[in-house]
Amino acid sequence: MTTESDTLVHPLAKYMRTDRLPWIYCPGCSIGIVTGMVARAIENLGIDFNKVVIVSGIGCTGRVSGYFKTGTFHTTHGRPIAFAEGVKIANPELEVIVVSGDGDIAAIGGNHLIHACRRNIDITVVCLNNFNYGMTGGQFGPTTEHERYTQTSPRPIGNIEWPFNLVKLAASSGATFVARWTAVQVRRATKSIEKAIAKRGFSFVEIVGACPTSYGRSNRLGDGVEMHRHLLKVADIQNGLPPHEAELEYDSRIVCGEFVDIDKPEYTEVLKKAQEKARSEAR
Amino acid sequence: MPERVMFTMGDVACAEGALSAGCRYFGGYPITPATEIAEWMAIRMPQVGGAYVQYEDEIASITSVIGASWAGTKAMTATSGPGVSLMMEAIGLAVMTETPLVLVNIMRGGPSTGQPTRGQQGDVMQAKWGSHGDYQIIALTPASVQEMFDQTVRAFNLAEQYRVPVFVLADETVGHMREKLVIPDEKDLEIVDRKRPTVPPEEYLPFKPDEDLVPPMATFGSGYQFYATGLTHDWRGYPSDKDDVQMELITRLNEKILRNVDKIVEMERFQLDDADVAIIAYGTPSRSAKRAIREARRQGLKAGLLRLKTIWPFPERAIMDLASEVRHIVVAEQNMGQLYHMVRASAGTTPVHMMRKPVGTPQLPQEILQKIREVVTQ
Repeated sequence: MTTESDTLVHPLAKYMRTDRLPWIYCPGCSIGIVTGMVARAIENLGIDFNKVVIVSGIGCTGRVSGYFKTGTFHTTHGRPIAFAEGVKIANPELEVIVVSGDGDIAAIGGNHLIHACRRNIDITVVCLNNFNYGMTGGQFGPTTEHERYTQTSPRPIGNIEWPFNLVKLAASSGATFVARWTAVQVRRATKSIEKAIAKRGFSFVEIVGACPTSYGRSNRLGDGVEMHRHLLKVADIQNGLPPHEAELEYDSRIVCGEFVDIDKPEYTEVLKKAQEKARSEAR
Repeated sequence: MPERVMFTMGDVACAEGALSAGCRYFGGYPITPATEIAEWMAIRMPQVGGAYVQYEDEIASITSVIGASWAGTKAMTATSGPGVSLMMEAIGLAVMTETPLVLVNIMRGGPSTGQPTRGQQGDVMQAKWGSHGDYQIIALTPASVQEMFDQTVRAFNLAEQYRVPVFVLADETVGHMREKLVIPDEKDLEIVDRKRPTVPPEEYLPFKPDEDLVPPMATFGSGYQFYATGLTHDWRGYPSDKDDVQMELITRLNEKILRNVDKIVEMERFQLDDADVAIIAYGTPSRSAKRAIREARRQGLKAGLLRLKTIWPFPERAIMDLASEVRHIVVAEQNMGQLYHMVRASAGTTPVHMMRKPVGTPQLPQEILQKIREVVTQ
């Protein structure tokens, strides 16, 4: 006899705190898709989920960690990378994954991003870029394009600032794996997240997503379905392109792919050697 | 390791105390006058298999310390005023998530950049009230090189026992003075470790307190799943905007400390038994006070000292008792009078005199002696 649980439970549900559903996200939001990508990447890699730590900061994407059923932590705004570094250094056996938004990772937490890249510590950062601060109601942020409208860059002027290109930022700061996909390229993005987790070094994966409730409405980009259709249309897959050419123009072209995959000495491995050397000399 | 004797500075004694307590993670950023702690850790941590990690700022430093603590390692940071100011939000996170950690503040002159190389005690209220919301922390105030060691060990023990950030609040003079330090044989040290969950993982409620109001703490990778958040959360760790959840959590975070004031607070009574005038001091001014009291006694003035070794939680009951024993209380602090107000609130009708000195030179013995004379003739 087939029981209800045999047929109806999602194969990735074992990774999720299903007792917390339904979650907080708006209809049409990309965060659910990205959460699924991370869960599927873990499943595909077959790693011990007990050794996975998921960390996020503040904001809509900052709530992702709380839906995973493992050791998870919700830090202060902008600090998930710093927290993750402490975890990884204290116990290098753990697989530490940061999932957070563009404001958290690249504005208030931008300093920690570039220095973690430079340090080359073996953590994976999945950054969902939806071009605005969604949770606070849609204000411009570090990735908002010039002249886009938000609650704090209103009509008729729009945003007077210019955005970061997160791929260029991470690559030039020293990350050993850098990729960008949109939320509709689920298979490719999941594959890149798998590679990022498996990589012995700092990995950065940007997922360009949709915030129809705030950014979409302010800029008349349509509903969630329309925004995701648009992402598919403008995605331009250019695997291996030099990262400084990985342009992102929302209306016309979002260059996607894996741009950096290099090997450098990893922080916790170097630290381990330093400990061995210090111990032998102290004797 | 067997007993060792060093002639060294307070900052180094602090670092050695941390290592003896089992600290194996130091996350920090250089700052005067706490840099020597970082420098000593940079030498010693790799030798003991630990990590000295220098971050891009103090915010990353303390946040990484919270991360290391949840990974199961005893962890600390050390800084001074400007760095502590940057750490304040994360201290609130550590309080809310009940993360054991030690934060050493070698206090220098403020506000702002102030006088980096001169000592002061201006961060006493900041330690208690600096982060937003209603909460309790523990703050210890060493007054010698030996106490920098002893109190740092104790700070780790209290942090582990109560799952709370513990400050070691030393002024620059104590941090930089050089004295004899005896590092006890490790088997003679009392070391406390946090409670671990004893229930099976599927029954574990990460923020369900035991009788002592402190929940057992799981760590990453232990097989226990949990969600720790700075948001108000229930026993499961799940966020809640309900009044009753906030009320229960905030009450417990405060009560787990306040209920144990008598166990946490330590102080030294010096020549107080027949005293008319009691000096209350901590850190460097307490050293001047002892010298002044010896001289006062020689001159027939009955003065004594209550030296606070713990200032937070504040020892209200001890101050009340003292106020009933003496005619006058003088609070000598190397600031504009911070704990003075706490003492006054606890001292009933006994006059409390402020002896403030918000500069690098602490109250000198003759200044305290003069104050004793002044007060006695009132």
